[in-house]
Amino acid sequence: MPKIYGHISRFLILLLFQVLVLNSLNWGGYIYPAFYIYFILVLPFETAGWALLLSAFFMGLGVDYFSNSMGINAAASVFTAFLRPTVLRLLSSKRDYESNIRPGVRDFGIAWFLSYLVILVLFHHTILFFLEYFSLKGFLHTLLRIILSAVVTMLLALLVQLIFYQNEKK
Amino acid sequence: MRNLIVFIWKNYFFFLFLILEVFSLVLISKNNYYQRTVMVNSTSDFTGGILEWSGNFWQYLSLKDANKILAEENAQFYNRLPSSFIKNDTNTFYFRDTLYKRQYSYISAKIIGNSTNRRNNYLKLNKGQIHGVKKDMAVITSNGLVGQVVEASKHFCSVMSVINTHTRISARLKSSSQIGTLKWDGKDYRTGTLIDIPSHVQIHVGDSVITSGYSYIYPEGHLIGTVEDFRIDRGDSFYTIDVRFSIDYNKVFYVYIVKNFFQDELLRLERNEMKE
Repeated sequence: MPKIYGHISRFLILLLFQVLVLNSLNWGGYIYPAFYIYFILVLPFETAGWALLLSAFFMGLGVDYFSNSMGINAAASVFTAFLRPTVLRLLSSKRDYESNIRPGVRDFGIAWFLSYLVILVLFHHTILFFLEYFSLKGFLHTLLRIILSAVVTMLLALLVQLIFYQNEKK
Repeated sequence: MRNLIVFIWKNYFFFLFLILEVFSLVLISKNNYYQRTVMVNSTSDFTGGILEWSGNFWQYLSLKDANKILAEENAQFYNRLPSSFIKNDTNTFYFRDTLYKRQYSYISAKIIGNSTNRRNNYLKLNKGQIHGVKKDMAVITSNGLVGQVVEASKHFCSVMSVINTHTRISARLKSSSQIGTLKWDGKDYRTGTLIDIPSHVQIHVGDSVITSGYSYIYPEGHLIGTVEDFRIDRGDSFYTIDVRFSIDYNKVFYVYIVKNFFQDELLRLERNEMKE
């Protein structure tokens, strides 16, 4: 099963990219892009529910393990994984998903992918940042952090999508 | 009973979600308080090793700044050497003096992990228990505070940064000697907030803020930052003072861990105080 190796290596690459690169860059104190969530977004449609939830949990836990924030990333990414099937159902009431395709620009176009991205990334970042601060004090400031960080995460996701989209066409 | 199992089996997605989410929340409440980093933490030697490896890479990119800072520090220490002074006074002499007892010793360390963009920032240093690092030691640079050790593993230690919302440091205004509390509100990593300075005190922008020496962690008189702005909120009789940190937390590479030889003694006193 070569596909499962692909998923595992993507899992590891995204985890290491998050903890070694994104966590050590300075973005002016406001921006903390949690790009690792991309892994959960692009899993294939036929992924079983338990695999979705467990991989989200371990991805979050892995990030937590490196950044002294036990449980915060795990809680946020498990919640995102839980929302994913619902969001997918909402976004495509008209056409059925065939198996063997993944949510992405290649199969669904940029508009579909963008709306998918916006919904789930915003959910994820909102939970992440409010859990981190654990209060509604400084609400506007937290909101600003959420939006700026989510925009960076989405840009990264689009960038990765477009690069691989080009490659697969050739 | 059978129906219940069937029900759970049919909705296993939801129940698995619930279990994982509750488990995460338990982890948060158990581990996220800065002192209770016991069960799993990133000071463990495995993650420490990986962080050191990647830290080497990132620090290579900032060697120029690091060199400059170290050279400035060296110059400061040269200025304090006895050989930089001419003796004017021929009457005093010095021999092994029992009036003085050593209170602090310093261990140099390299930062292998750092963040400035979280609400609760932590650092990782490449010194641990085998180098004599223990919990509650102060971490400083020559011209600023960095934080305090919250946990030490064999080869590494984890430091709660000054820019952490849990931070409370007893600080003093150098000009008026008034004591206040320095904290960080989680917003700008360049400025902290000094509170509890009564409103009758004269304050000027640019005044130095130093450590008070009232804590058993930080040595006395160490520079924290300078006053950037101050105001009195309505209905308050204390100032809220914005303090510009004297160091850029993004550009710290080498630090000193401070051991206070009298810490245990002070702590024991405090514990006895509590009992009474």
